Amino acid sequence: MPTHVAASASAAALIRRLRELHGPLMFHLSGGCCDGTAPICMKQGEFPLGSLDVLLGEVEGAPFYTGIGQAALMTNAELLLDVVDGESDSFSIEAGDGQRFIARTLSCARDSSMAKE
Amino acid sequence: MPTAEVASEFTVHHALDGLHKGGVQKKYGNFIGGRWVAPAQGKYFTDYSPINGEPLAEIAKSTAEDVEKALDAAHAAKYAWGHTSPAARAELLLKVADKLQENLELLALAETIDNGKPIRETRNADVPLSIDHFRYFAACVRAEEGALGELDNDTVAYHFKEPLGVVGQIIPWNFPLLMASWKLAPAIGAGNCVVIKPASNTPLSLLIMAGLVADVLPPGVLNVITGPGGEIGKALASNPRISKIAFTGETTTGRLIMQYASGPIIPQTLELGGKSPNIFFADVMDHDDDYFDKVLEGFALFAFNKGEVCTCPSRALIQESIFDKFMEKAVARVAKIKVGNPLDPATQMGAQASHDQLEKILNYIKIGKDEGAKCVTGGEQAHLGNGLEKGYYVQPTVFVGHNKMRVFQEEIFGPVLSVTKFKDIDDAIEIGNDTPYGLGAGVWSRSGSTVYRVGREIQAGRVWTNCYHVYPAGAAFGGYKQSGFGRETHKMILDHYQQTKNLLVSYSPKAMGFF
Repeated sequence: MPTHVAASASAAALIRRLRELHGPLMFHLSGGCCDGTAPICMKQGEFPLGSLDVLLGEVEGAPFYTGIGQAALMTNAELLLDVVDGESDSFSIEAGDGQRFIARTLSCARDSSMAKE
Repeated sequence: MPTAEVASEFTVHHALDGLHKGGVQKKYGNFIGGRWVAPAQGKYFTDYSPINGEPLAEIAKSTAEDVEKALDAAHAAKYAWGHTSPAARAELLLKVADKLQENLELLALAETIDNGKPIRETRNADVPLSIDHFRYFAACVRAEEGALGELDNDTVAYHFKEPLGVVGQIIPWNFPLLMASWKLAPAIGAGNCVVIKPASNTPLSLLIMAGLVADVLPPGVLNVITGPGGEIGKALASNPRISKIAFTGETTTGRLIMQYASGPIIPQTLELGGKSPNIFFADVMDHDDDYFDKVLEGFALFAFNKGEVCTCPSRALIQESIFDKFMEKAVARVAKIKVGNPLDPATQMGAQASHDQLEKILNYIKIGKDEGAKCVTGGEQAHLGNGLEKGYYVQPTVFVGHNKMRVFQEEIFGPVLSVTKFKDIDDAIEIGNDTPYGLGAGVWSRSGSTVYRVGREIQAGRVWTNCYHVYPAGAAFGGYKQSGFGRETHKMILDHYQQTKNLLVSYSPKAMGFF
């Protein structure tokens, strides 16, 4: 079963606000040092997508990608794109204004009774 | 500037007071051309302490314009600095080291309140290692030589190492001063001028350092621009006016940087994180001696810097024949770790660096539990009270599971250790290498041939052998696989900050006979 990505109400609102400022957006879920598994929000076209990237879904009109290795670890997972107060620096477009997108794993198995915020 | 007094009450307020008395500012512009310059758009953001959420300083929220100003200053300085003799450059690196040494306590305090790491670590690791880095590279720069080859009786090839010119550097928030030093010492030592961007949540120590060396380095050699990663990072990495970009951070951004660098066609060095295995062979338990005590510390070192290290030994692989007995002692060791106010010298583990980091770590703890990993200690947020309610604290957490779980494969960047067992040396190597990353690893055994065989087979750039988390200058550090490329903390990094000039000289007066 594929990974399922949804946005919380506050994440959806932030995406809409950012889209007004910057135009169409995309997400790439990262891995590794510091930011670790954090979603990086960028303008569409900014990131060099290729055969090593997998489209997991769409949130508020913005395609949500991750690397092929990360995607394999998250089959059956239920992801919730959320927003928290965050001071972390990042190349993600919302960083630096006191907020940060994060990707919560709600469950590692698909749960159809999951309620969105 | 006089050094700050050690805070007798361990409050951020008291520490900040001491820093201000020591000359630290409440508001910082960018450091350009040897002086403080307000950001072009006049905007600032607040830098907070993760100890208790208190504001520390106002920091320049730069834009691409400010990056251009910094590049102007760097280019203005590059000819003179590039033509400064190695001995003279080395002399200035030593003076930078001396300035940092004179202000060790001030810098340690600033680093602790900005990042949340224990004062015990900043005083004994972060700042001293930073100082030593400048000294090490002063020595390397002095001792460097080119090469020559006699190609025939009349032709000699001379090889000179020349600086690249102006370079860009983007550093993370986990070891702000040390990461700056790892990047600046070789770049500046090699004769380059630098524009460096610290992480926005931890800019303080680098800004303080810039002020301290303002009258040491010629103006324009060191330029510090603060601001949001996306905008400043792009303005720097894609800029035709830099000759190289260096980055330490995570994978998606690493790929973005490589893409940006393709515009001006410039080389990069990247360090992108890891999921380092710490491998414990059965013979470590042969005796209950000093070495075994060191082994137990090795296991607990996932908590160093509250787990916010690219080389965090976040996977422990224990040989199955000793698993239960080893875990009894090892988990007990972890349970004793003192989480607390990082300003208290008795604290062993401090605050996570930001709120979003805390949220992410707690989410991974949930993932571990959901996946069926068994939590044997910790597993919750740490509520410390005592004025620290708004700080970001986690209990050191240990999971037991298998290597295919998400908590074994994904970098959590927090004090969460995932433990599994292995059968024999081949199994250890296989599990150790079953990761997309290859930055660090640890191998523990009383047998020299075991540690050697395993060390040579592990696909990681740094294999700690009967030790962990030591970062001396002179030991090359960098990644295999998805952890990036390039090696730091060793004189070989100078090759990444220089280019070879070949003077191909003919001493013959005779034409070749072609035309």
